[in-house]
Amino acid sequence: MRISEAWLRESVNPDIKTPELVDQLTMAGLEVDGVDPVAGDFDGIVVGEVLEVKPHPNADRLSVCQVAIGVDKPLQIVCGAPNVHEGMRAPTALIGAILPGNFRIKNSKLRGEESFGMLCSQKELGLSEDAEGLMELPGDAPVGNNIRDYLKLDDSIIDIDLTPNRADCLSVEGVAREVAVLNRLDWKVPGLKETVVSHRQTLPVRVEAPEACPRYLGRLIQGVDPIAKTPIWMKERLRRSGLRSLGPLIDVTNYVLLELGQPLHAFDYSKIDGEIVVRYAYEQEKLLLLNDQEITLDSDMLVIADKSRALALAGIMGGSSSAVSNDTQEIFLECAFFSPTSIMGKSRRYGLHTDSSHRFERGVDPELQRRAIERATGLIVSIAGGRAGPIVEAKDASTLPQRQPIPLRAERAEKVLGVAFNDVEIEDIFQRMGMCVEGKEGLWSVTPPSFRFDISIEADLIEELGRIYGYDKLPRSHLLMHAELGKDSEKKLSLDRLKDVLVDRDYQEAITFSFGDENLLTKLAPEYKPIPIENPISSGLSMMRTNLWAGLLLAAQWNMNHQQERIRFFESGLVFLKDNDEIQQKKRIAGLVTGAVSAEQWSDKPRLVDFYDIKADLESVLDLTKQDFSISPAKHPALHPGQTAQVLSNGGEHVGWFGMLHPGLQKELGFENPVFLFELDCQGILDRRLPAFKACSKFPWVRRDLAVIVAESVSAGNLVDTISDIKNNTLCEILIFDVYRGEGVESGKKSVALGLILQNDEATLTEQKIDAIVSKVLNRLTDKLGAKLRD
Amino acid sequence: MTTSVEEVLARAIEKLSQARDLSQLEQLRVEYLGKKGVFTLEMKTLGKLPADRRPVVGQVINSARKSFQTELDSRKVSLQQSLLEKRLASETIDVTLPGRNKRTGGLHPVTSTLRRISRIFSTVGFETVEGPEIEDDYHNFEALNIPEHHPARAMHDTFYFDKHTLLRTHTSPVQVRVMEKQPPPLKVIAPGRVYRCDSDLTHTPMFHQVEGFLVDTDVSFTDLKGVLYEFLSAFFEKDMRLRFRPSYFPFTEPSAEVDIECVMCGGEGCRVCSQSGWLEVLGCGMIHPQVFKFVNIDNEKFTGFAFGMGVERLAMLRYGINDLRLFFDNDLRFLKQFN
Repeated sequence: MRISEAWLRESVNPDIKTPELVDQLTMAGLEVDGVDPVAGDFDGIVVGEVLEVKPHPNADRLSVCQVAIGVDKPLQIVCGAPNVHEGMRAPTALIGAILPGNFRIKNSKLRGEESFGMLCSQKELGLSEDAEGLMELPGDAPVGNNIRDYLKLDDSIIDIDLTPNRADCLSVEGVAREVAVLNRLDWKVPGLKETVVSHRQTLPVRVEAPEACPRYLGRLIQGVDPIAKTPIWMKERLRRSGLRSLGPLIDVTNYVLLELGQPLHAFDYSKIDGEIVVRYAYEQEKLLLLNDQEITLDSDMLVIADKSRALALAGIMGGSSSAVSNDTQEIFLECAFFSPTSIMGKSRRYGLHTDSSHRFERGVDPELQRRAIERATGLIVSIAGGRAGPIVEAKDASTLPQRQPIPLRAERAEKVLGVAFNDVEIEDIFQRMGMCVEGKEGLWSVTPPSFRFDISIEADLIEELGRIYGYDKLPRSHLLMHAELGKDSEKKLSLDRLKDVLVDRDYQEAITFSFGDENLLTKLAPEYKPIPIENPISSGLSMMRTNLWAGLLLAAQWNMNHQQERIRFFESGLVFLKDNDEIQQKKRIAGLVTGAVSAEQWSDKPRLVDFYDIKADLESVLDLTKQDFSISPAKHPALHPGQTAQVLSNGGEHVGWFGMLHPGLQKELGFENPVFLFELDCQGILDRRLPAFKACSKFPWVRRDLAVIVAESVSAGNLVDTISDIKNNTLCEILIFDVYRGEGVESGKKSVALGLILQNDEATLTEQKIDAIVSKVLNRLTDKLGAKLRD
Repeated sequence: MTTSVEEVLARAIEKLSQARDLSQLEQLRVEYLGKKGVFTLEMKTLGKLPADRRPVVGQVINSARKSFQTELDSRKVSLQQSLLEKRLASETIDVTLPGRNKRTGGLHPVTSTLRRISRIFSTVGFETVEGPEIEDDYHNFEALNIPEHHPARAMHDTFYFDKHTLLRTHTSPVQVRVMEKQPPPLKVIAPGRVYRCDSDLTHTPMFHQVEGFLVDTDVSFTDLKGVLYEFLSAFFEKDMRLRFRPSYFPFTEPSAEVDIECVMCGGEGCRVCSQSGWLEVLGCGMIHPQVFKFVNIDNEKFTGFAFGMGVERLAMLRYGINDLRLFFDNDLRFLKQFN
């Protein structure tokens, strides 16, 4: 909310400068977002009167004007504005004047005609963004007066960002009250005078929904001058709050809204059929709004209607059919209290957010309506003339909010705020805020004023106590707390540890959006249909991710496009899977590697990363768990059918995938080199087996190498698995140290070299024993896998 | 005779000094000290001398032999030394060439910032807890005292899946989830991703928050002030000047926003702090009685505070990052700066 400081100071004028005032407001919770001058920085501009306008002899678009400035003789000024006319009063920059932007006015010749100054637009004075011709001042603007004095431009606009609870401050009066409390001053209440009622005509008002509209006031004002003009002071105040002048009737309602925080609405009486009814809309009822938007109403929308149709969206926006216009002479002025719940959410439903709905949905003082309607009437009558009729009030006391006394305990305040206040201090603070304080000795009953509808429980009062006392004045203390030693499980791995391993293995962590593109997500995990977001930011970010690869691939792609060729990324985070209508959120950790296995280097031959590089990364992660996992060939729709593996837990549960991105997808995504991916379910890899000590053998180990020829279809895993049950006290490790195909090995077969590490806990191994084990291994391989010893 | 031995020794030493390598030295050793060596043969001639001359001549030969041996040894050491020096010289490499297989991986700056925050709080026993990112309306809003149509909801720009399911807009629902399950005392830090339907220069639809809260029998606003002062001073590694401004969050009361003295200009006023000298870094307050009511915690017995902060914001201030969107571009040139 933007308000003029001068306007505020008219109500309450503490003896402090603008920066202190602003600081005070901010520190009281009325955060000031900015302080702007109400006009640009200029000097030497006066009110001028255009006496004569003649066309420029050499330029069609220019006029040569004679402008009176109060002293000396009129100045000749060449002007290009189309709206210049004789008799007009406009800001006139004299020779030597400085305009915003340090632009100095000099006498000049424009196409042969001398010009001794400049007639100015609002934009040139920094009063507005648009410049539709010259700024036309009222006919009574005193010629020769400095424009800064005339428009009272030595003022600032204070922009306050109010929190939703402080709707009571959505007005100059509201802020003034706050400033008064903070400075121990009184504030001036504007417009307390009652209007003289000069006719008896009324319009009947019927409220069918008293719970939504507990109070409705209205009155007829007849004989309003349709060509009356809004006075410049009011226009200026509206402008300073960011509102345009739309004629005196609307300007007055806006002015009172800014001044008191009460929205009002003026109807053209001649367009109303017989009565005012406050009711819920009929199903499918239509209403053409002031902004020319036609809406179809839901039946929970509150409307202001007459005998035949809905006229306005209550508390939100008026309708076009009953709007005041340039020839309105009789108005029905509405001033109501709509309950916040009847307005909340409604304006958003239709994409309408108005100054009125903003206030009603947050709350308006339920006792303010009579004062506001009197104030608005007074202003209308004084500006546009007219005769006011009596006020008609429809009120439902049972639904009108009542401020209830709230108990307040000094002891509770101390417990929450951490500081003991003395009773006098507490009573003083609440009384300054206009609250009724009863009781004593640490136990009070406090009744807030009607405009503090945000206060209803003790905690609200305690907050106010702290706020007015000043949060900054409250000390800070060292926390005393119940302490318990932390738990430190060795049977759980932390995700941080896993991530550290990957970092140490040269991976860079990425953080990608949790939502992505349906097409890519589905290609990478066709078994899941991604969960759609109802209101996504864009179609590329409209589906919750079902895998982490999509984000990593896009991140890699982005880097490829920025001349990075060697990419090693990992990410951990949730994926979102829908299973029979149930949403599962699973934490996963995934990696992507493409490009050279290591950064380019002067001595090593560059090599592209391959399956076994990423497998080692994965194994380094899995090894942390000290659990046994099995890795077996598998098929995955996004991966190369011959270079895909699945990780299974000891219990046979699927833990993750890894392999080469399918060459089709690789090409589609524009990757030059093969891309390798892994993805693991965190749940499956965060359990860790507790280490169990086993004594180390005192006897030396021996190694026997064995090269066997097997069919291509026999995997290394098969070989190891086949002899793994021989692995016991003596055969303690099996290495694969070579795989050979080619000369000496018939095609379709391969030679696999096994290194058997043998060691016994009890004795040095004899040759005899060693031979026995080696031949047992060989026999097993021959029997089960058709292996032959290589010569 | 005596002169002759001296002459032999002189010649032998002369030869030693001319020896160029270890094999020449060995040859000389054999020539003089071997079974048929000069000195060995000389000794054998002793028997032919008269008995009274033998000791004298013997001593002369012996002493010559010893001198030779000493010279030989020293020559050997010096030849070995120069050999080693030569080898070492030949093995000299260019130590300025880059090393091999350097590993330069690293964590995302958001992760390292999050870890640091958790670590600082863990020193006094705050436990790190995570919660779901697809949340229900109840935990994200309702139980935090933000009923339907509350104006505060408009400030949240929520992503919805349906009327009751949404992407959490803050980490505060973890507060509710923990309090539902665990009785006080509670000391919890809840970091994680949060989502708002907003994307422009200063907003990304996803970002990170850390929620922290403490519930105990005797916790007050002054404790909150103390904890946040200590945290921010630890985080920025200097004594921070803070400002607690009254604010409004439906789930805390009193509520405050915390500003720190601008870390860019030291409070003088600059572009980063919009000339105010202050930077807003977190929101906090005393847990609202209504929130305790929702989770059945005795509001009279227990009090608690909660705070929430934007992780990207803190990282930006800490490292001088000037564009929020950089965090999610995952540009390696950006990420690697924080390794």
